[in-house]
Amino acid sequence: MTLAATGLTLSRGPRRLFSDLSFRLVPGQALVLRGANGSGKTTLLRVLAGLTVAEGGELRWHGERWTALCAGQRAASLYLGHANALKDELTAAENLAEALAFDGMVIAGSLQRQSLDNMGLAGRHHLPARRLSQGQKRRVGLARLALARKPLWLLDEPTNALDADGVALFSTVVAGHLQQGGMACVASHLPLSIAAPVLELVLSELPI
Amino acid sequence: MNLAAAQVSIEPVAMMAPERAVWLAAGRDLRLGLRSRAELIQALVFLIIVVSLFPLAVGPESALLKRIASGVVWVAALLSVLLTLPRIFAADYADGTLEQLVMSPYPLPLIAAGKMLAHWLMSGLPLTLIAPLLGLQFGLEANELVVLVASLMLGTPILSMIGAIGAALTLGVRGGSILMALLVLPLYVPVLIFGSGAVEQSMVSIDYSANLSLLGAGLLLGALVVPFAVASALRISLD
Repeated sequence: MTLAATGLTLSRGPRRLFSDLSFRLVPGQALVLRGANGSGKTTLLRVLAGLTVAEGGELRWHGERWTALCAGQRAASLYLGHANALKDELTAAENLAEALAFDGMVIAGSLQRQSLDNMGLAGRHHLPARRLSQGQKRRVGLARLALARKPLWLLDEPTNALDADGVALFSTVVAGHLQQGGMACVASHLPLSIAAPVLELVLSELPI
Repeated sequence: MNLAAAQVSIEPVAMMAPERAVWLAAGRDLRLGLRSRAELIQALVFLIIVVSLFPLAVGPESALLKRIASGVVWVAALLSVLLTLPRIFAADYADGTLEQLVMSPYPLPLIAAGKMLAHWLMSGLPLTLIAPLLGLQFGLEANELVVLVASLMLGTPILSMIGAIGAALTLGVRGGSILMALLVLPLYVPVLIFGSGAVEQSMVSIDYSANLSLLGAGLLLGALVVPFAVASALRISLD
């Protein structure tokens, strides 16, 4: 399994975010996206997720061409965006269960509870999400990452709002995923310590 | 720390039945709706107040009130549904869950169908159930009330469906709720004409079944076509 991007091009208004961008990601490898604010890290992740359609270029997953939001792309990828995608009205546990259900996963409640405990949310399973701190909300997302069996993780600033302990947890979860042959694309302006082969991609301002 | 137990191997998972998406999405929205019951009740109270304003405004002459009853209830129902439309997608858009729904391996049209079903269960259905009481206020007879309920039962799901298209198209647009009303209201006109027309015909003992049949046909056509339209609109809005 490989993810191959060739010649990705995208502009936002008059600004060209990236043009003729190509890379290849193999199992066990992480791609870290770097770049200043507004350099297109989030947009590139959204292109990989299929949420944004690139103007040019193509994505191939194991040779099979991905059109934006095609079935293969939706089945293979898990995207954690800027927003935490938690419903304020639901508890942490309910949010996790809903998210996994829509990921197409059937995972026993005990495993879900254990995953929340592992992410440092013991005793907070039944708090409504609006009462969780920003970092705790991120940790619910980590619990989902650890459980949803998706080969390609697309993570946008995943360590934002996480404390040192949370960042370490994140590194462990990502390392475990890569060890099992998963792939990850991580956009971050913070240093990440991922114990695995890392491909670094720096996005810079392009001339108009 | 024992992370290994919580991690599961990366293998393609056998997909469950796609139609489960309808119940998943409907169940989720119903649960969210019941957690914030105030919003549900507000739309109903709005309906009751709007309908009750008419006798105050046009006077207590019972013949006139009866004459305008079906039109008043239908227009108020339409406005009440319009009021609840932002609820379908706006909150999901704001907190990022809409992106997750769009990226779900389940077919998006089915998820959209589930959300529309939940919207109808929380707006159109309660409104239909309360309509006989409002009709009584205007002096409608029992058989006319039955037609009123039947027309609303067939018509309000169409309102939810057309509204969902408008709501999906105007996501993230500034001043979107006014734009949505302008977009949706003209499309509501046929439903209004057939719905209140059926009640009026029953009042003068004309056969009203044609109007109800047209509403039923519209409902079936909508159920087939609208989920796909909403899915496309959502993908465009998120791009």
